[in-house]
Amino acid sequence: MTTTMTAGGRTSEAWQGFAGTAWRERIDVRDFIQANYTPYEGDAAFLTGPTERTRAVWDTVSALFPQERRRGILDVDTETPSTITSHAPGYIDRERELIVGLQTDAPLKRAIMPNGGLRMVENSLKAYGYQPDPFVTRVFGTYRKTHNDGVFDAYTPAMRAARKAGIITGLPDAYGRGRIIGDYRRVALYGTDRLIAAKRAERAELDAAPSAEHIIRDREELAEQIRALDELTRMAATYGCDVSRPARTAHEAVQWLYLGYLAAVKEQNGAAMSLGRTSTFLDVYLQRDLAAGVLDETLAQELIDDFVIKLRIVRFLRTPEYDALFSGDPTWVTESIGGIGADDRTLVTRTSFRFLQTLYNLGPAPEPNLTVLWSPQLPSGFKEFCAQVSIDTSAVQYESDELMRPRTGDDTAIACCVSAMAVGRQMQFFGARVNLAKALLYAINGGRDEISGERIAPETAPLTGEYLEYEELSKVYDGMLDWLAETYVGALNVIHYMHDKYAYERIEMALHDHPVHRFMACGIAGLSVATDSLSAVKYARVKVIRDETGLAVDYEIEGDYPAYGNNDDRADTIAVGLVDTFMTKLREHPTYRDAEHTQSVLTITSNVVYGKHTGNTPDGRRAGQPFAPGANPMNGRDRHGVAASALSVAKLPYEHARDGISLTTTITPEGLGHVPGERGGHLVGILDAYMASGGFHMNVNVLDRATLEDAMEHPDKYPELTIRVSGYAVNFVRLTREQQLDVISRTFHGTL
Amino acid sequence: MTTGRIHSFDLSTGVDGPGTRFVLFVNGCPLRCLYCANPDTWHMRDGKEATVDEVMAEIEKYRPFITTAGGGVTITGGEPLLQPAFTGEVLRRCKEAGLHTALDTSGFLGARATDQLLADTDLVLLDIKSFDTDTYRELTGGRLEPTLNFAERLDRLGVPMWIRYVLVPGWTDDPQSVDSLARFVANLGTVDRVDVLPFHKLGAEKYDALGIPFPLRDNPVPDPAMIDRVRQRFRDHGLSAY
Repeated sequence: MTTTMTAGGRTSEAWQGFAGTAWRERIDVRDFIQANYTPYEGDAAFLTGPTERTRAVWDTVSALFPQERRRGILDVDTETPSTITSHAPGYIDRERELIVGLQTDAPLKRAIMPNGGLRMVENSLKAYGYQPDPFVTRVFGTYRKTHNDGVFDAYTPAMRAARKAGIITGLPDAYGRGRIIGDYRRVALYGTDRLIAAKRAERAELDAAPSAEHIIRDREELAEQIRALDELTRMAATYGCDVSRPARTAHEAVQWLYLGYLAAVKEQNGAAMSLGRTSTFLDVYLQRDLAAGVLDETLAQELIDDFVIKLRIVRFLRTPEYDALFSGDPTWVTESIGGIGADDRTLVTRTSFRFLQTLYNLGPAPEPNLTVLWSPQLPSGFKEFCAQVSIDTSAVQYESDELMRPRTGDDTAIACCVSAMAVGRQMQFFGARVNLAKALLYAINGGRDEISGERIAPETAPLTGEYLEYEELSKVYDGMLDWLAETYVGALNVIHYMHDKYAYERIEMALHDHPVHRFMACGIAGLSVATDSLSAVKYARVKVIRDETGLAVDYEIEGDYPAYGNNDDRADTIAVGLVDTFMTKLREHPTYRDAEHTQSVLTITSNVVYGKHTGNTPDGRRAGQPFAPGANPMNGRDRHGVAASALSVAKLPYEHARDGISLTTTITPEGLGHVPGERGGHLVGILDAYMASGGFHMNVNVLDRATLEDAMEHPDKYPELTIRVSGYAVNFVRLTREQQLDVISRTFHGTL
Repeated sequence: MTTGRIHSFDLSTGVDGPGTRFVLFVNGCPLRCLYCANPDTWHMRDGKEATVDEVMAEIEKYRPFITTAGGGVTITGGEPLLQPAFTGEVLRRCKEAGLHTALDTSGFLGARATDQLLADTDLVLLDIKSFDTDTYRELTGGRLEPTLNFAERLDRLGVPMWIRYVLVPGWTDDPQSVDSLARFVANLGTVDRVDVLPFHKLGAEKYDALGIPFPLRDNPVPDPAMIDRVRQRFRDHGLSAY
């Protein structure tokens, strides 16, 4: 029947019962949501548990996890560079799966994606005991240049030196940059035929433009996008799904959306492959089918559970060093939930609850990275449920809808951890981060590295006084940050030029409007160390200890100094000033494709590695000791409880850190109240108060130290123990021992 | 300008009264409870002198946060009623600022609290250390009677109370004594709840640092079953106990 129907007929059938007009005439998912969604103001009582079927599918795939954990990876296809259509369909349990589609032909079997860099692929394979395929090596070593090769052709010696010394690190120059969110909802709402037609129209608009370099690039990219949509259609067909037409049911909507996402993770091993903001969109379809009696709540939940199972098993081939840096095997399949609309109606729906409910139905897990867009205006039933889920699982993060909505709108989603962008309209060039603490040491040492003694930054006069003087130090630090910002933006421009050229995200960009708004997402690490160091110099006396070559290698602090994290303006204004200053410096340097400069205060778990590569600092931190994660105060220096610590962080200006400011808190259960039944309400109060105070992001862990210590000793007892690190969640037992110790050494806000 | 001797401040949640609260620790205490977790607050002379204005300036930095979070300010110690003028003025200024106020006290110096001070107090966290006169004296070095008088006065004045009872095995777990206390508390009309707080030894390091012996260092802490049992005894008298 459907095969003989015209495209128009297929569409009107799929859209039956939907309201609104603008979204029918142009590609506009936000308008569709606004015209059709049903806000939900109630509590969690309607939710259902896992069915036998859901359990069976989840058990089948989770039974593979222990082996994967032991071996590092379960399996890999070494011969087939992955594309959207490269692999035959794969299944977990074909009879019982409701939502189908795997990255390769078997669950947890990884694919190779050499476009980002051949070396990364080969090193990963060797690390896990596989031989690189000679044909692949020949193709990508001889005939097809990779992103990684391109970047190193264009890096300057200064960029290489800064990268090697670890003052600029984590750069996506050897693998996929990620952090681009395709609007996967478009596949479900419009079908690929309509999306291809819209892309053709965008392309046609360029026909009359003079063939300047940027127009030629746009034309080529649009051609690639159209090709990718066609490949998506073919890949979906191998699973028996005709995504050329819009989804007709909720089941199809979830499936179509997932296939769009699957196409992206088949082709790109981006550092973060985030999902977007899908729950309220899907709720429209679920509501329609529930109203029509096609679905009941149990089946509605099953669809979401099954979808989430798929999101939990997204895998990329990475080197063990990469995994050590980022703790386990992260993919940052971030799903943004909740928030408020421009018309003040809440965007919370029943499906917002259903996504969170997967943490009970399938047990806690780090992926997908469930992110609640929090506002004090959210309905209380939803707030209370979120808080309870946090208390039970430590698997949810919160970001301020109040800060984002005025800037990126009410269809904002988070990429990776804390990066906000309007879905389908904005994208970012991921830029990792620079080490502000190390830069301070370079300023003291006139551009020499405090560990190697090598000159990295241009030579300046080292400070030679017995004690550090605040004015003098501030001045040389400012100069050093000028150099750092220039080198950094330059390196990012090189990286993103090459990534567009050699590893363009065809399908993800096909699910964006043209032209797209681009951000250049810079970042800083070591904020609390730099702040406390400056505070120590300003408010105490800091004596310099130098080695025989005159290199400052250690510091002695005489007296006390106010530390960042105690809601004390003396220290906090220094932190605010650093964020402000560095952002201003970044903006002075032109970006590739005129991307808008932003920066984050986020380290993910690389705070451990940054610390390892940074010598003794004037705040009293010892060489090698981890930094605090993200924008966190240094461990143990925030002495007045979670509210004081959070209020210091809330002072950092979002306007100058539009790529996000990450705060990770760990509160003991008792720290949320003596009476267990009151803890949820208390957590709601803290989140409301933090966001009302201008706070941007809070990772909430509700844990006690004893549990973590026990999990270190007996990892097998805690396969699901999930903790929030900086902007995402990890399995605690998959952290390196060093990272575990770092987490345990963090401030636990509790009471005696 | 009224000044007080203070130890420190902290922000806590759900343990020193409702919600997230600014908790002011003052120095000086007339009792010497064997299980005391804050021996560094015993002597007024060890405290830092602070004016009411200084304290209020600090509180002001948290006012929006604690108001939104549904909390308030709690004065604890030490014994806040050892410095009744200072305590009373902080409470009054907090009330004027629209903050919920709580006073954490043993009640031993309850007679020093003026009716005005109590009118400025939204909640009293009343620590009744034992209901047995001899045990009370042995455990705290003080008399029980003033505390009971204070409880009755709070009841008469209509001041809401949370009763706090530290459960120390071998000292305060005697069923008859708990029963008598529960009966007494159940007769007070303004008690909202009873917090049974398990004895812990987290203050031991402070004793070491101060070079004074921690008398209950070797005393066992209560097991969960004992805690449940004692809470149940209070509940048997119609009280909300946690």
